Amino acid sequence: MLINHPLLGPRDAQEFVYKGDASLLHRPDAMAEDALERFTEYAYLRDNPAGEHRELWYHEQGDRSWLVVTRNTLTHEILDVRLASEVAL
Amino acid sequence: MSRRISAGRIGTSVVRFNFDGKQLEGREGDSLAAALLANDTLLVGRSFKYHRPRGVLALGSEEPNALVTVGSNGSQTPNTRATTQELYDGLCAVSQNRFPSLKFDLLSINDRLSRFLTAGFYYKTFMWPKSFWESVYEPMIRRAAGLGRLSEVEDEAHYDKGFLHCDRLVIGGGLSGIESALTAAKEGKQVILCEEFSRLGGVALFESAPLTQIDSLVAELEANANIRVMKRTTVQGAYDHGVYSAVTLNTDHLAQPQAKAPRQTLWRIYSKEAVLATGAHERMIAFDNNDRPGVMLSSAVRGYLNYYGVLAGDSCVVFGCHDDARKTVVDLKAAGAQVVWVDTRASHQSVDGVESFTNAKVVNTRGRHRLTGVEIEQQGRRFWINCEALAVAGGWNPRIQLACHQGGRPIWSAETGGFVPGTKLPPGMQVVGSAAGEHLEGNWEPVWDVSVKGAAFVDPQNDVTVKDIKLAHQEGYISVEHLKRYTTLGMATDQGKNANALGIGVLSQHSGESIESVGTTLFRPPYTPVAIGALAGRARGKDFKPTRLTPSHEFATRRGAAFVTVGNWLRASYFPLVGETHWRESVDREALTVRQAVGVCDVTTLGKIDVQGRDAAEFLNRVYANGFLKLPIGKTRYGLMLREDGIVFDDGTAARLAENHFVVTTTTANAVSVYRHMEFVHQCLAPDLDVHLISTTEAWAQFAVAGPKSRELVQRVVDLDISNEAFGFMACAETQLIDGTPARLFRISFSGELAYELAVPTRFGNSLMEALLDVGKDLGAVPYGTEALGVLRIEKGHAAGNELDGRTTALNLGLGQMVAQTKDSIGRVLANRTELADSTLRLVGFRSEEQILTGSWLVPNGAPAEQAHTLGWVSSACYSPNLGCYIAIGFIRDAQQHMDTQMRAVSLLDGADVKVQVVSPHFVDPEGERLRV
Amino acid sequence: MDYSIFRVIKEALNNHKGWGPAWRTPTPKPHYDIVIVGGGGHGLATAFYLASRYGLRNIAVLEKGWLGGGNVGRNTTIVRSNYMLPGNEPFYELSMKLWEGLEQELNYNAMVSQRGVLNLCHSDAQRDAFRKRGNAMLLQGADAELLDAEGVRKLYPYLNFDDARFPIMGGLLQRRGGTVRHDAVAWGYARAADQLGVDIIQNCEVLDFRIENGQVSGLETSRGFIGANKVGTAVAGSSSRLLSKAGLRLPIESHVLQAFVSEGLKPVIPGVITFGAGHFYLSQSDKGGLVFGGDIDGYNTYAQRGNMPVVEDVCEGAMGLMPMLGRARMLRSWGGIMDMSMDGSPFIDRTDIKGLYFNGGWCYGGFKATPASGLCFAHLLATGTSHEVAAQMRLDRFARGAMIDEKGQGAQPNLH
Repeated sequence: MLINHPLLGPRDAQEFVYKGDASLLHRPDAMAEDALERFTEYAYLRDNPAGEHRELWYHEQGDRSWLVVTRNTLTHEILDVRLASEVAL
Repeated sequence: MSRRISAGRIGTSVVRFNFDGKQLEGREGDSLAAALLANDTLLVGRSFKYHRPRGVLALGSEEPNALVTVGSNGSQTPNTRATTQELYDGLCAVSQNRFPSLKFDLLSINDRLSRFLTAGFYYKTFMWPKSFWESVYEPMIRRAAGLGRLSEVEDEAHYDKGFLHCDRLVIGGGLSGIESALTAAKEGKQVILCEEFSRLGGVALFESAPLTQIDSLVAELEANANIRVMKRTTVQGAYDHGVYSAVTLNTDHLAQPQAKAPRQTLWRIYSKEAVLATGAHERMIAFDNNDRPGVMLSSAVRGYLNYYGVLAGDSCVVFGCHDDARKTVVDLKAAGAQVVWVDTRASHQSVDGVESFTNAKVVNTRGRHRLTGVEIEQQGRRFWINCEALAVAGGWNPRIQLACHQGGRPIWSAETGGFVPGTKLPPGMQVVGSAAGEHLEGNWEPVWDVSVKGAAFVDPQNDVTVKDIKLAHQEGYISVEHLKRYTTLGMATDQGKNANALGIGVLSQHSGESIESVGTTLFRPPYTPVAIGALAGRARGKDFKPTRLTPSHEFATRRGAAFVTVGNWLRASYFPLVGETHWRESVDREALTVRQAVGVCDVTTLGKIDVQGRDAAEFLNRVYANGFLKLPIGKTRYGLMLREDGIVFDDGTAARLAENHFVVTTTTANAVSVYRHMEFVHQCLAPDLDVHLISTTEAWAQFAVAGPKSRELVQRVVDLDISNEAFGFMACAETQLIDGTPARLFRISFSGELAYELAVPTRFGNSLMEALLDVGKDLGAVPYGTEALGVLRIEKGHAAGNELDGRTTALNLGLGQMVAQTKDSIGRVLANRTELADSTLRLVGFRSEEQILTGSWLVPNGAPAEQAHTLGWVSSACYSPNLGCYIAIGFIRDAQQHMDTQMRAVSLLDGADVKVQVVSPHFVDPEGERLRV
Repeated sequence: MDYSIFRVIKEALNNHKGWGPAWRTPTPKPHYDIVIVGGGGHGLATAFYLASRYGLRNIAVLEKGWLGGGNVGRNTTIVRSNYMLPGNEPFYELSMKLWEGLEQELNYNAMVSQRGVLNLCHSDAQRDAFRKRGNAMLLQGADAELLDAEGVRKLYPYLNFDDARFPIMGGLLQRRGGTVRHDAVAWGYARAADQLGVDIIQNCEVLDFRIENGQVSGLETSRGFIGANKVGTAVAGSSSRLLSKAGLRLPIESHVLQAFVSEGLKPVIPGVITFGAGHFYLSQSDKGGLVFGGDIDGYNTYAQRGNMPVVEDVCEGAMGLMPMLGRARMLRSWGGIMDMSMDGSPFIDRTDIKGLYFNGGWCYGGFKATPASGLCFAHLLATGTSHEVAAQMRLDRFARGAMIDEKGQGAQPNLH
């Protein structure tokens, strides 16, 4: 599989480490009243779609950037790649 | 007797080889199969289940029968197809799956019992008596099963891997492939062309027509600088995003390969486009006893004649349902054979001097180890004729496998009479030529099963017959997936190249279902079987994974240290002195010396992360459970890091060297994962923070200098006042050695003694270690390794990897108070989940006069050793030379109640049941006075 | 219609005319007491035990394709009960005991072969961890032995003891572990369930759940509406896809596990062996092919295929362990979809929707669990309470902090 790194161009996915759903970017407010419930959902429940999936990849063997990749989990086609730090801001 | 009637296209150079102990002669350029046929050696193997005599069926890698073992010992290669093994002088091959010999195989009795051994018979029996399956039936089945044999000796070959990039990958070096490559090259594209065979030209090589057109195209191809031609290279898999795997056979055709030349090379080819120009191969027709040696595919008979100069028989019958059969008839006649043509169709364009039977079919064969005659049926009449060879033209199977590796199903093309690629191709791939169903001679009619008794082989290697297919259907295994798994059709080494299309046709014929609705099973890599050695490449023996050496490795080696593997690191585990014969002697001495004098240990392997930026402190405040905002400059603090789920992830220290500069340490095992996690927190959760992280584990060599005399020793080498007043407990500083070498000094302790960690740039590490021990000689300084390091930290009661097992919390470790509740940090919220917060499991210590084993479980006195009675487990254990007894730390529930009581540490695996006293895990200096001296 | 050697001989002499379909092809009834969605190993086993142990007959199994066509048809056939945690081990040990009596119970030869499962260790730390687990196995009623290097050498003399990067120090052996013929399990359970009156409806895909007032009343399928008092899903790999139709989100990610088989070889590997210094495990089928595999690819996927890095990684492990394998050839690779859960352990539980029960989260270890999963799911469906050995396999365990995490890797599915 190839990931089109926004700065470095296409790289073999073997250079990366996969973490999971990009919903992990949206960490709940830890000091809120319902934090325990929100964090449980955040940490454990997943959509796990058969289709387009936004997910986090870490370029461990490259420039150590975290990327948000939009990929189809049925065909593996990658539709979008961007730096996580830009998405998270 | 020789069947070689001409030089064919390979020349006349003689080559000697050995088959089943017999010395034979072949030609340079022969395949082993061609050479065997030339020597009239028709019997080359035995089928898997019935051990029926078998001969060569095909020309190329789709061969199901002629599997031999080539070579011996470190080069013994079982299941080698004689059709793809190129002949070389001195080649030694033996037949397989027969005992005691190919001609007299005892297990051919299975053939007589075939009616009992139909598909799936083993599911219905072998169940009684119950114990017999494992003790009797299965061993028998296993001994009879399998084909070739591995030597059980290490594979002596080397294998290599390579990476290639191109604009167009052309798969197949026949006419269509060559044309595609030239077209692309002329457009300026970089092209790679892979051809399975040793020579380009494809199917044209095996026809009688002159090769002038092909030869000139090949010359043009090889002269084009934009094209990389790779022969003996099979593209094996079509993976995501234009990534292809391919294997080149470098030396399997050589008598004397260069020493160390890689036997095979595995390529990963990245290509924007791919052109599948793999052609098609012929298939059989199902008739009774269609598997005798001497029965071959019509195109194979033609190919052996035209390319290898080998005539299959002086008398040949050609049987087909397809126009292509005529080419074989013509070529055989021209070679001087007596030919009879049996055609299922009503009419065909006859050939002079050849007897033709139309509206006819071959329904049986005879002959024991070779074909002697065939039975023909024409309009109700049956009769036998003698012949030496039977060439069967049952239609064409395009080689579409690669086009279907990404889940696309092929579609049945009634016009071509074969499966062609469907619409869902791997992105970037197109299919051309006969692989796409083009150029396959028309005028075809579907003929699948013409057998009378059903003893017609559909999957020759696995002995799956028409009868088996019918029985499976009768028993309800009607889907093509069930059919395959119940009968094992298509599961042999040819992976259905011969069996699948024919099997589907037979199923369709007998069930009445159309071929389209029967469908196919999935196609998967590899296209042909690939040596496991090739897939492993150079990661062999000691090179399986890299070996990481510490900066003081050279010193340790010279000192005769014993080493231990920790992940990929090699660390000194202890430094035996002359006269010490058992590791305990060395380790006990080292641990005692540290507490009584001073010891030096290389701790470089622990992760080091440099954290800089205006928000560095805020960042650490988020990743650690305890607070870091107010850590003074020049101070170090223990850091407890949780996972987001509240479980302890790692622990280490963070040293504030300057306002915006921290150095974080991690455990050795988690150096990489902590760094990854920190980058995640920064880039994904808090990108607004001004902080930068760099891994410096390998940039700094770091040494623990520990013991009551450590200050004296360190003071001798660093250019800094390290008196207790100037450099108190947990102080840190960027400084230098007395010779100006940059250094970092941290007053932290893992052992519980007065201790420092001194870091210098890695390249100075070895000499620093030497210097410390040299300068510290009069202080009694010794080097100590990981074993003593472990004893010291267990004596102190420090949690380490064994305690941070990914299930324990700060509370369990006795560090619950460290998790600040008034700030947000990773893991704080989920650590408060009820069952975690209410857990009574705590880290405790154990003392005993007997050895306590790590991995023992605690059970109360008098209770049976059963799960329901266990209280906890022992996570780390050692002999404590400083206390003079065995100690351990571990976890038990209701720890408070059990403090100072007795229980048992049980290891049922070792038959150990040891009385232990439950105590505080901090055996030595629990008040921490020695640290602050 | 019994299977036995006498029957085999009789039918062979009778031209096999007496063999009939192993299971019926019934028309779906408009309503059943219990409908199991998923005709794989677990679903078929559940139906069998509902009928045989709980005496329930008005049951259907709905399978979207052909029965046994999913993960049960393409796994590496290993069975073992060498887990550590009390939330898991008693369950797998129950499964092991059920395997031991399965052929007799089903009258189908599933070729249960208890040839031993050996986990190799390559360091003191690893051996200590194995000791902890082996003791836990013994404490919970299973069998285990800790071997040293010599003990391993006696069983497998051709392993790489001399030139290895990570020399073998010993291993944890479960002698009762081994392999079972996977297809036979699906077909055996299907045939036995069918004989007890269970309707196995193939080519019937569930398109939606009909839920009224928080209670399931039936399923919309490609063959029409089928009513049910209770619905149990056993579709691991596709759990999220299916249950999202009921509005449920699960603590699961779908991943591919690749596995491989070699060309047939004369017997060379007697038992099941796992490498401790890399992701690699190996056994040899009764047909002679080496069956082996390693780690999951690591990214969410429903494509049922993986990529080259894992293929190479697995073969590097093979060569690191047994350099004689270099000349064996990989014949075929395949891939399925795994329900990778957030702690690596499964679920057999009710859901928040009344009448809707869930069986899934099996990660890559579902095959060995087949009998116990069937029995425990049947117990839950029949009685409304969890079977004792599956009591901790709850969906809400994450909310409570009661994870069953054998590997200690936390809430990241691809690390389990």
